[in-house]
Amino acid sequence: MEDEAPVIYGLEFQARALAAQAGETDQIRFIVGTQSLRQENQVHHIDFDDENNVINKNVFLHKEGEIWHISASTVDKDLLTTCYNKTSESKAEMKAALWKLPGDFDEVQSEDQSSHQSLNLICHLDGSDYGDMKSIMWHPSGDNSNVIGLADNHIIVWDIDTAGGSAKMSSSTGLEGKGQPKHTCSSWDPHHNSVQISTANDTYIRGWDLRTMKQTYVIENAHSQLVRDIDFNPNKQYYLVSCGDDCKVKFWDVRNVGQPLQILADHSHWVWSVRYNRFHDQLILSSSSDSRVILNNILSLSSEPYGHLIDNDDDDDDVDDRDNRESSPPQDGVIATYEEHEDSVYTVDWSAADPWVFASLSYDGRLVINRVPRAEKYKILL
Amino acid sequence: MLKMYYGLDEDKAGGASLDPCDIDGAHFKPDLYLGKLIQEKSLTELMDKESEMLRQIRSLDSDMQTLVYENYNKFISATDTIRKMKNDFRKMEDEMDHLASNMSRITVFSSNISHTLQDRRQNITKLAGVHSLLKKLQFLFELPARLKKCIEMKAYSQAVRYYTKSQQVLHQYQHMPSFQGINSDCSKIIKELTQNLKQQFRDKESTPKQLAECVDLLLQLHEPAEELCEEFLEHARQKLDCDIQELQHQINLLKNVNKTSETAPPSYLDTPMDVLEFVDCGCNGFLSNMCLVIASYNDMFLNRQQGSEDIDSIAVKKLVIFVNTLMELYFNAVQERVHIEKETGDNTLLVRALDRFHRRLQAMNKLLPDTDFSRAGTNIVSKAAQDRVNHYLESLKQHFTDCLTDIRQNLASPRLANKQEQSVNLTELLGNIQVTTLEQVKSVLINLQVFIASDITFAMKPYFRGPFCTHGVREGLVVSYIKMITDMCQDFCEGTSTPPPALLLILSRLCSDYESSTISYLITLTEEQFDMDPHVEVTSVSELCVNIKQTAQNLLSHYVKVQGLAISQMLRKSVETRDWLNTIEPRNVRAVMKRVVEDITSIDSLVGQLYEEGIKKERSSDSSRRAHSYSYASQQRRGQWNFTPSIDNSLMSNIQKLFSEKIEIFSTVEFSKVSVLTGIIKISLKTFMECVRLRIFGRYGLQQIQVDTYYLQLYLWRFVSDENLVQVLLDEIVCSTVHRCLDPSMMEPSVIELICERG
Repeated sequence: MEDEAPVIYGLEFQARALAAQAGETDQIRFIVGTQSLRQENQVHHIDFDDENNVINKNVFLHKEGEIWHISASTVDKDLLTTCYNKTSESKAEMKAALWKLPGDFDEVQSEDQSSHQSLNLICHLDGSDYGDMKSIMWHPSGDNSNVIGLADNHIIVWDIDTAGGSAKMSSSTGLEGKGQPKHTCSSWDPHHNSVQISTANDTYIRGWDLRTMKQTYVIENAHSQLVRDIDFNPNKQYYLVSCGDDCKVKFWDVRNVGQPLQILADHSHWVWSVRYNRFHDQLILSSSSDSRVILNNILSLSSEPYGHLIDNDDDDDDVDDRDNRESSPPQDGVIATYEEHEDSVYTVDWSAADPWVFASLSYDGRLVINRVPRAEKYKILL
Repeated sequence: MLKMYYGLDEDKAGGASLDPCDIDGAHFKPDLYLGKLIQEKSLTELMDKESEMLRQIRSLDSDMQTLVYENYNKFISATDTIRKMKNDFRKMEDEMDHLASNMSRITVFSSNISHTLQDRRQNITKLAGVHSLLKKLQFLFELPARLKKCIEMKAYSQAVRYYTKSQQVLHQYQHMPSFQGINSDCSKIIKELTQNLKQQFRDKESTPKQLAECVDLLLQLHEPAEELCEEFLEHARQKLDCDIQELQHQINLLKNVNKTSETAPPSYLDTPMDVLEFVDCGCNGFLSNMCLVIASYNDMFLNRQQGSEDIDSIAVKKLVIFVNTLMELYFNAVQERVHIEKETGDNTLLVRALDRFHRRLQAMNKLLPDTDFSRAGTNIVSKAAQDRVNHYLESLKQHFTDCLTDIRQNLASPRLANKQEQSVNLTELLGNIQVTTLEQVKSVLINLQVFIASDITFAMKPYFRGPFCTHGVREGLVVSYIKMITDMCQDFCEGTSTPPPALLLILSRLCSDYESSTISYLITLTEEQFDMDPHVEVTSVSELCVNIKQTAQNLLSHYVKVQGLAISQMLRKSVETRDWLNTIEPRNVRAVMKRVVEDITSIDSLVGQLYEEGIKKERSSDSSRRAHSYSYASQQRRGQWNFTPSIDNSLMSNIQKLFSEKIEIFSTVEFSKVSVLTGIIKISLKTFMECVRLRIFGRYGLQQIQVDTYYLQLYLWRFVSDENLVQVLLDEIVCSTVHRCLDPSMMEPSVIELICERG
């Protein structure tokens, strides 16, 4: 069944945290963390049945506090981390923890729905010396032994031992600057043996080398206001995309930090999240507090720029094929604008399993699962 | 009788000759006649016949006797005459014999004489020949001396004449030693002569007439014409080069002066000529010399009858090459000079100079019909015109930039001094920039009109006028200027530079004014002043208008963004830096809110100066009504929360959103005050909300937000087009705050009111 209509799933609470279950490559799975100060927070494990266009869910309790950031292990599909807010009467602290889903999706589902299971805590990721935790990143290419956390103004690397349930901080580095610079977001470069990450604070984007824990590059004034999200191109080295409060999405080549490669200005308010499609990196998703999700096709900066970059490497057999394509040269531009949300959309992510499915989450707890329009899909495939 | 007889005979013979019975006939047969007579006639008749016949015989006899007698006399006289004649002839014969003998004697004598004289005659002719030869030889022997004398007397032409006369002879008898001597002498002298002539030819001081004579003589001396041409041109070139160098010198002088003008005032002697003088100098010096050269060259080498065809053509070619190279140099010089002129301001002088230059070239063109200098000249003129246009465009641009700088300064200075004053001058500034830019353009147009004044020759040429008016003035100047303004303004929107917001506002207004009237006015003015050809493809007014309209829109949007951002930044800082969990119970509206309202008020007054009010959706005369409904609404909401604290709170806002329109935060603004302010307020409040959502609030934190939002509500409604909008946004802020609050207990509306009124 190839229905183009979006599937909407409503959470009871407000929510900001969404991630694709990166370790699961067969089923379309997402995990969502809720934000509620006064109620018990939950982690929703969402399964999207592509055939029947139906959503199944498992709800787990997250007793520690409201979830600000969630990320799933790239190898072990049961592992995930959350950054949560622990509030007491007079103070609120952001902490991080490593969790394990209680069991396989279908097993859990068969059980009674009335009372939710809790997530199994493996260990806390302690970074309290460095301030509030912003986010946790898993190693992009499947090394499960360490994760990187982003504290207020520090980058922290933990060695984790999932079996033994412990995490040991192995290294960290600080960020110096005027005022009190605070990290907002980060991305782990999947290229070069995954030894680089990039972080953003205020209007800067910085690159770090994990081996030396030193800064390698900095893009000053990447956006005219706060940078909200960055993402590396999964298929093309050095390329990354960023978004921010200036309503723009910008593409960068980190070897040339003076000028952005391209600027998209399709949103009418802050852009909170931007994601490369893991398979077809010309597809760019961005979400904004103007409550829109926009899918862009940026062919010219992708790893498959038809017509100019791959020509020489291609086999001759492909010539005819390419000629056909060139007869109507594909243009960069917006593919679709999704307006199913009523509130600010803080996160968006592609499915890890299906290259054409993505989920977006708005503050009012509405999760929308959409597909890339079929016409566009065929254009890319054929 | 004889006669008769003969006659009868004749008749018989002629007429009835055949009749044998005709007695007079030739065939008369007497027997037949007699028998017939006897047979036919009677006796009497016979008798009669016989008697008649007898009578006739008798008369015939007598006639015969008479005739014989008569003829006898005649024979006698004839014999006499013949005898006499015989005598005479004999005498004559003697005479003749005498004559013949005389004649033969004469012949003998004359032959004798001629025989004796023959030798002498030959001698004489020989002598005469020798004489003339000797004369010639003498001339030849004297020739070197003569030639020398001639050369001494500078009578070169005579010398040449002598030489050419004798040359052939000398050449012929070259083999004889004496002649050879003469010949070599002569050639030496002639060489000297040639040398002299060449000397004279090369001499800078010699006049063209002298030159022409020299060339003439040299040609007669069979000097190769080609070389002469070359030499002549070489010679001419030196002179012309001098001229050009002079021109170049002037240019350098001017350049140096321009360079050093600040440091040292140039001495009087070194004062460079102005452009008119320069061109005059060029015309009088270089061009007239050039004309002279061409004319004399024509006289010397081209208009000769004897010159062979190919020499002519070579000569012409040489001349053309020569002239072309020199003219090129000259053109370069003029171009450079005119180019320098760009920096200075005087147009009329330049135009006059160009005109003179152009006219002069045309004259030159007539002289040398093969080449077309007027084209090159016109190119220079058009180039100069184009330069002027570019220069003016540059100065207009400069002026515009200056205006902007002025405005910036104006905007910057009073802000420090006095806030009241600042609000007054915005309209003035706008007026100023409008008037001055317009004036500037007008004056430039007037300046440029000089180029097409009717007394200027080149202005009348269609190939100058058309492009100049259309491409130069209209497209190159006016349209470019407008585009330049558009681009510059556009840069303010996109560039990383941060112009003062008020400047954006002024520019936006300027652009929209341009769109509504100024552009069409300028274009019409230009077209009138430069009477354009309407058929030429040009940038249309509407296109310019659309562009500048878009720019005005962008500027205004940018203004809204910038101002919205400024206020947003204030709000964000205030939300982010405060510890909302541990705040004390609100006693006051936070200072930042007052600041926000103050800023928005001042923005309002600024925008109000330049833009009209715009339409508001529903206007309420006092704020209390809104305040009341607001407090009512919040009361209601609070009640709900108090009673059902466990129910999902987002439901409330969701329902609310269903009924209210979606709010476009960075939507396009209209050209009205209300729209602009609505935009700014929307941006600010949205930021406020997003910031609130990122925080956690304690009870008093929530209450502080309540107070703040109420305060904002109290003051902001009057600025916006739709009060509901502010209401909705503020409600959402409070609502979000409630969500983010650990202990959501609301403040009493009455207390809020009290606090706000006190503040």
